[in-house]
Amino acid sequence: MLGLNAKDFRLLLLVTILVVFAPVFLNPFPVDSAMAQFNAGYPDLMQRFVIFGIFAIGFNILFGLTGYLSFGHAAFLGTGSYAAVWMLKLLTINVLPAILVSTIVAGLFALLIGFVSLRRSGIYFSILTLAFAQMAFALAASVLTSLTGGETGLQTALSDPRILDGAAAVAGNIPAPSLFGYEMRATTTMRFGDWAFTLNLGYYLAGAFMLAAFYLSIRITRSPFGMMLRAIKSNQQRLNYTGLNTKPYMLACFVISGMYAGLAGGLMAAMDPLAGAERMFWTASGEVVVMTILGGVGTLIGPVLGAGLIKYMENIVSKINEATLHSWFAFLPDGMEDAVVALIYPFIGKGWNLTLGIVFMLVVIFLPGGLVQGGQKIAGLFRRKKSAEASTKAQTPAE
Amino acid sequence: MTKTNFTRRGVMKTGAATGAGLAVPTLFTGAAWSDGHTGFTNAPGEGSVTLGFNVPQTGPYADEGADELRAFELAVEHLNGEGDGGMLSTFSSKTLDGTGILGRRVEYVTGDTQTKPDAARAAAKSMIEKDGAVMISGGSSSGVAVAVQALCQEAGIIFMAGLTHSNDTTGKDKKANGFRHFFNSYMSGAALAPILAAQYGADRKAYHLTADYNWGYTTEEAIRTSTEALGWETVAAVKTPLTQTDFSSYIAPVLSSGADVLVLNHYGGNMVNSLTNAVQFGLRAQQANGKQFEIVVPLYSELMARGAGANIGGILGSQNWDWKLENQLGARYSGTNAFVQSFGTKFGFPPSQAAHTCYVQTLLYADAVARAGSFNPCAVVEALEGFEFDGMGNGPTLYRADDHQCFKDVLVVRGKENPENEFDLVEIVEVTPVEQVTYAPDHPQFAGGALGTCNPGA
Amino acid sequence: MDAIILQTLNGLDKGSAYALIALGLTLIFGTLGVVNFAHGALFMIGAFCAVTLQKILTLSHTVIDETRTDFLGNPMKVDVPYIYEWFGESTGNAIIDWSVPLAIILAIPVMIVLGVVMERGLIKHFYKRPHADQILVTFGLAIVLQEIVKYFYGANPIPAPAPDALDGVFDFGAMLGFDANTITYPLWRLVYFLFSAVIICAVFAFLQFTTFGMVVRAGMADRETVGLLGINIDKRFTIMFGIAAAVAGLAGVMYAPINSPNYHMGMDFLVISFVVVVVGGMGSLPGAVLAGFVLGILEAFASMTVVTDFFPGINNIVIYLVAVLILLTRPRGLLGRKGVMED
Repeated sequence: MLGLNAKDFRLLLLVTILVVFAPVFLNPFPVDSAMAQFNAGYPDLMQRFVIFGIFAIGFNILFGLTGYLSFGHAAFLGTGSYAAVWMLKLLTINVLPAILVSTIVAGLFALLIGFVSLRRSGIYFSILTLAFAQMAFALAASVLTSLTGGETGLQTALSDPRILDGAAAVAGNIPAPSLFGYEMRATTTMRFGDWAFTLNLGYYLAGAFMLAAFYLSIRITRSPFGMMLRAIKSNQQRLNYTGLNTKPYMLACFVISGMYAGLAGGLMAAMDPLAGAERMFWTASGEVVVMTILGGVGTLIGPVLGAGLIKYMENIVSKINEATLHSWFAFLPDGMEDAVVALIYPFIGKGWNLTLGIVFMLVVIFLPGGLVQGGQKIAGLFRRKKSAEASTKAQTPAE
Repeated sequence: MTKTNFTRRGVMKTGAATGAGLAVPTLFTGAAWSDGHTGFTNAPGEGSVTLGFNVPQTGPYADEGADELRAFELAVEHLNGEGDGGMLSTFSSKTLDGTGILGRRVEYVTGDTQTKPDAARAAAKSMIEKDGAVMISGGSSSGVAVAVQALCQEAGIIFMAGLTHSNDTTGKDKKANGFRHFFNSYMSGAALAPILAAQYGADRKAYHLTADYNWGYTTEEAIRTSTEALGWETVAAVKTPLTQTDFSSYIAPVLSSGADVLVLNHYGGNMVNSLTNAVQFGLRAQQANGKQFEIVVPLYSELMARGAGANIGGILGSQNWDWKLENQLGARYSGTNAFVQSFGTKFGFPPSQAAHTCYVQTLLYADAVARAGSFNPCAVVEALEGFEFDGMGNGPTLYRADDHQCFKDVLVVRGKENPENEFDLVEIVEVTPVEQVTYAPDHPQFAGGALGTCNPGA
Repeated sequence: MDAIILQTLNGLDKGSAYALIALGLTLIFGTLGVVNFAHGALFMIGAFCAVTLQKILTLSHTVIDETRTDFLGNPMKVDVPYIYEWFGESTGNAIIDWSVPLAIILAIPVMIVLGVVMERGLIKHFYKRPHADQILVTFGLAIVLQEIVKYFYGANPIPAPAPDALDGVFDFGAMLGFDANTITYPLWRLVYFLFSAVIICAVFAFLQFTTFGMVVRAGMADRETVGLLGINIDKRFTIMFGIAAAVAGLAGVMYAPINSPNYHMGMDFLVISFVVVVVGGMGSLPGAVLAGFVLGILEAFASMTVVTDFFPGINNIVIYLVAVLILLTRPRGLLGRKGVMED
């Protein structure tokens, strides 16, 4: 269906269900319970999940298929964000033109950088992309301040012209980004007993884009073009010897991947109209590399999982503080409570980076294929059990 | 099913009040705030109110963030009537009585800004959307303050800025829902210039090294304008990259440039390194133009002074507040000792200026709510605008209505040559009275922004 | 002229830090084929060896001084270092004063042990894994090491000054025939440059003139054959990892007085040192050293106002711009070998 084989279609269906019901899945704990701290189903974080999911899917098209490790991919996310915020400032507060333009601008930027960087391969390619991104960051943060807002970032302002709908500004307040009048932040809360689920328009828009991006990435992977990219990964030299010019394929792949990043950047700006230079810093590029490897390089769903895990840690674990810990363990006797809190304290709140580092190491040591392999292992356990049961049944004929 | 903006807890509370079971439709009709406790984002319930403290917990400013968090913790304790009450007894407004805010117990959530605008906004959004915070405070850089302030304006939340010194926060990026107690670049310049002229003479030639980002620009402009007005000449102003760690190649040309003063428009790690490098190059021991070579650091902080070690000896700079203020300059700065006493007793060392401004901001917010009789951001804005108070450690202070900036005395301090311990690193040289650091709301250094109108959100 | 001499000195000084870190990175890469993202963290831990020794030397017991009061009005607690009681106050102060150079003695064994443990405990299992996995695991390790240091020492920089005797400036101008005080340079930075030169020479001599070094070089060229000759090459590679860690650590120890150490200083150097290694050419030790100095000197010159007036912002990007230009004209960096890390 949709040009997919059965297995891929089931995966797409699964992802669709996950995206549609994420507000439910991510809020598994009752609102007023102590465990509510671990609920992730609020609009901002859900938006981040899918947006960074798009970013990682796009990165994986390049890295997973061709093996070319770009260490400057955040530059495209950054240019996309800037383009989108400028559209929101100059043209209209409607997010569609912003998202469209951000994707195109990032694509053009990727074309430029890719054309130069793809003259080299391996680590030399990685360093070239890194160098371009670092230059983009350094210039955006300093000499290009009039264009980028510098370190403070580019924001919408009351004085923005907005050619198409400038007059529509509510008196004294900057209008929020919207889709034909429906604001991205529009939110509805549904209550089921003690549970509450938040449905947010911006999230569903970003989620729709993510599903489209995911679908496209499956099609690319399964297409002859994708086959060619994988051939480049396994032996580029041999391809060259057969008289085939791999450069156009690589460049096309790089640009597609850059456009994914631009789309993610544009969506970020659409959800929250701000673009800052630090989005292009090497740590941001490193983050998407880590997301992809953590989830599982070359797998379809892996990068999305990796993105989700990192954003979850960043937003949930960093918010647990000492007072929260004390409230959790208040049922323990005093001395023991303090001991338990002291034991956990270094890993939460300001120590969330430590937890992140440990998770990286554990995953890469024990799950060489990333989170996807972890999922397969668990699934495998059940399957083996089931098949074992099935075989015992088969062996004992009914009496 | 209805559309509302941002909030969730507020909706849930009303939802619960309606006695709902399944997917109860809830509807807000944007009621006027005069009726009290509905009609705005995250209206608190009857029992408690949640404040959001957003400070750097990772990255280079993590220690400053930790000090801010201690101050917030203390402020919440005092508001809830625990501990010794701190500044509640010295504060000129007497509406706070240790029963929380408007009878609601104060609870708080914390987040990590990572000193990045993006991360700071993510943390703030989670406090607003998930935890139902009705006010956000904290932060240790102007980039973060400007970003979070804009977010709070959009969401209909009050933002009480932490440590942010750029003119832009209450200048071109000011917002109706945002308030700053900390001083700014202009005030540093206005306070420092006369003292620099008095101490070093009026015919000095200055060389500026400026961190290449917004705060650096406004600080350089402020110091240049103020010192040039008093007769100083600016020989050169060189921008240094934000991510620079070794400043040797920027320091080396200073001596041969003909300058006899070096102004370091740097903060945090940048400042620690550039000052250390400047002293290494022997600048302080040199003579230039027949005068002793001097170094100036416009914005001082206790933590930076600690990082730079012995290098800060004899170097002038400005500060918002210092814990020795009341002991040395008398009762005008009452509140200082009360705060230092409760902070020192709880944590074992004196508070930093970052801690002080965060503590004061929390109390000011609580007081404004109490005076307004409502948590509605527009009511709070009205209560804070033009509010005059005293007893918070800085002497008589005004929250100006035009730009939501506090006006109060500014300290000029000098690094001690032989500090006795790591918390007593600076000595107070002089306090510049508030009249000298006050400027017109339309001053060119603050041009280009508008407060807009307060936004109550939902 | 004097400006050019000064910036050359600055460049050599920056370059020596880059060269030392890049040298260690290349040693690890060349011998083990591992991309080590934790190398910056090793540099940082070296610097914290200096801080730690300073802390150890100033370990104190508190004496209550009834005549003075602290900020809360309680009797003042005064810290008296134990070392004063053992050596007397003046000798004690002299030892504390020299704590950074003394830290070298502490750092060498600590770093070698850390390196060997790292290699045996973790890196060893990643030889056959893709480079991406190596990056992730060493990046995770770097974060963990950083956070441990932050937990004990905080995020704020901690001053670790040079000994008073080496803290002044050296008048270069007078030596070269200029007027006095026209070209002065910090003594400690000269010490740092000489120290790095010695270390770099020592590493090269070790590889060139010892049997051990010969075997390692042979192993770098063809690991399998060396193994077939019955030589336990793994053990030697482990030791090389320890040596590379020690080189990074020593670079860190001596760097402490130049900039007060903080827990993330390693990350600040990490990316630049990777650029240095690649510009030098993957796997080439002389290339790493050469590129370190070249980029250091260019960085220093780009910061001159004459240059920035002509090309605003160049000081922000010069290293990366030069890296791009070099990689486009010389496909394998300055001195790189064919076929290393190109796929």
